[in-house]
Amino acid sequence: MSMIEIEGLNVWFGHGHDRVDAVRGASFSVARGESFGLVGESGSGKSTILRAITGLAPDWSGRVTIDGQALSGGKRDRAFFRKVQMVFQDPYASLHPRHSVDQVLSETLHLHGIPDIDARVRRLLDDVGLGGRFRFRYPHQLSGGQRQRVAIARALAGEPEILLLDEPTSALDVSVQAEILNLLTDLRAEHGLTYLMVSHDLPVIGHMCDRLAVMKNGEIVEVMDVDALRAMRAEHEYTRDLLSASVAPGAHPV
Amino acid sequence: MSLLDVENLWVKFPTRQGVVEAVRGISFSLGRERLGIVGESGSGKSMTGRAILRLIRPPGIVEADQIALEGQNLLDLTEKDMRAVRGERISMVMQDPKFSLNPVMRVGDQIMEAYLLHNKVGKVEARKRSLEMLQAVSIRDPERVMRAYPHEMSGGMGQRIMIAMMLIPNPQILIADEPTSALDVSVQRQVLNIMDDLVKQRGMGLIFISHDLNLVSEFCDRVLIMYAGRIVEVCDADKLHQATHPYTRGLLNSLPRLDQPRAKLEVLSRDPTWSEAPSVGGRA
Repeated sequence: MSMIEIEGLNVWFGHGHDRVDAVRGASFSVARGESFGLVGESGSGKSTILRAITGLAPDWSGRVTIDGQALSGGKRDRAFFRKVQMVFQDPYASLHPRHSVDQVLSETLHLHGIPDIDARVRRLLDDVGLGGRFRFRYPHQLSGGQRQRVAIARALAGEPEILLLDEPTSALDVSVQAEILNLLTDLRAEHGLTYLMVSHDLPVIGHMCDRLAVMKNGEIVEVMDVDALRAMRAEHEYTRDLLSASVAPGAHPV
Repeated sequence: MSLLDVENLWVKFPTRQGVVEAVRGISFSLGRERLGIVGESGSGKSMTGRAILRLIRPPGIVEADQIALEGQNLLDLTEKDMRAVRGERISMVMQDPKFSLNPVMRVGDQIMEAYLLHNKVGKVEARKRSLEMLQAVSIRDPERVMRAYPHEMSGGMGQRIMIAMMLIPNPQILIADEPTSALDVSVQRQVLNIMDDLVKQRGMGLIFISHDLNLVSEFCDRVLIMYAGRIVEVCDADKLHQATHPYTRGLLNSLPRLDQPRAKLEVLSRDPTWSEAPSVGGRA
């Protein structure tokens, strides 16, 4: 059975004359344990889909089912957030500047009602490869990659089954990006997670995902698997454009 | 003779924990070519660009044996003379148009200001030149853009406006500091092509600062690779993929690739000797 099932999803912002239809009639499904990618340029509505799932964009219609449970409106209950967590794009903006790593993680664990917080914080930090010496640091004492690890640890705190990843590495250097992507690969294997990952970087999606959907102007123009992407067998013209823009002619090895 | 010659450039910032050396004694020259500078954040590449224009304010310290623009040492100039160099002879495109355009001034007025500052002409003439320049950077409806405020523009448009503004005084050298990293891949190409055309047509020297190795190898003639404030390797851009320094190799290998799937990406392991090794000369 599929973990995430989306059918005819429309998301809009504003009312009347100001109404902007950010996503129009999007449908796809993600199987349990699968890693699914959403690609497209900025403004194509890929992040909006994630926001609609988590209830951050309350104006939507269509059918969204998470693990067999249909969602409605903009309210999500506690059980939902135990199952689904999101990692945001910019680790510089998504951590509270005056909360230490320990506070960030303990508060999250407390909200999820998880006992034995002290031991769990240590486990979480080990899980994301940070270790105990980072526990009482503040975000400004961490590098971008370390901050993103903290954000991932926070998302993992409630032991979710689904991670929604909104451009998790676009604010990071290539060398740090490799570390974070490897960490995400390991975590998925360890915890059997399902990923829904948004990125504008096709090689990153190609590396991380099994299947992907290409979006343009709020619509999904093509759903394909990664083998087709690698073989450059894109059906839609827009996907071909994206592909040719992403593969540099000089990038081929000697 | 080369347009710009930088010898033994240091940029230092005194802090409570001691002096931070952002750039540590690098030398390079720039002819009428496209020179790429790549490295991670914190490697000193942006500081190099800013130091050339003397944009580093105290308490930051810039030291160099010389930063010579056609034989004239920029470090000897007064602040007043330096203002005549900025924009007119060397100009700089910054990373994010959102933060480099004045949000309460119409786009047209900003571009005209750049032209009027460096040329003794009337407003009508400045307006005409601005419109031409906007057309040159492929903006379809320049009249409307002239009247608009920066927030009405998309990122790609904003970056093109920045380029138009920087090129209107017709400088000899353009320093582009990550000009496309805030843009989508498809828009990125357009902006690069525009810059490429203008650089070729006008015979300018370009310093292209970026963290994107593929982009640089495709777009530039020569590449300097910086690590911890020093140049660790210099190579021809089209031979970047045959680079030999372990740092460059590490950066190249850490990129995911569509044509070579791997279960795990290679992670850069840093060798402390890299930052100790003396800088490689970047003269052509």
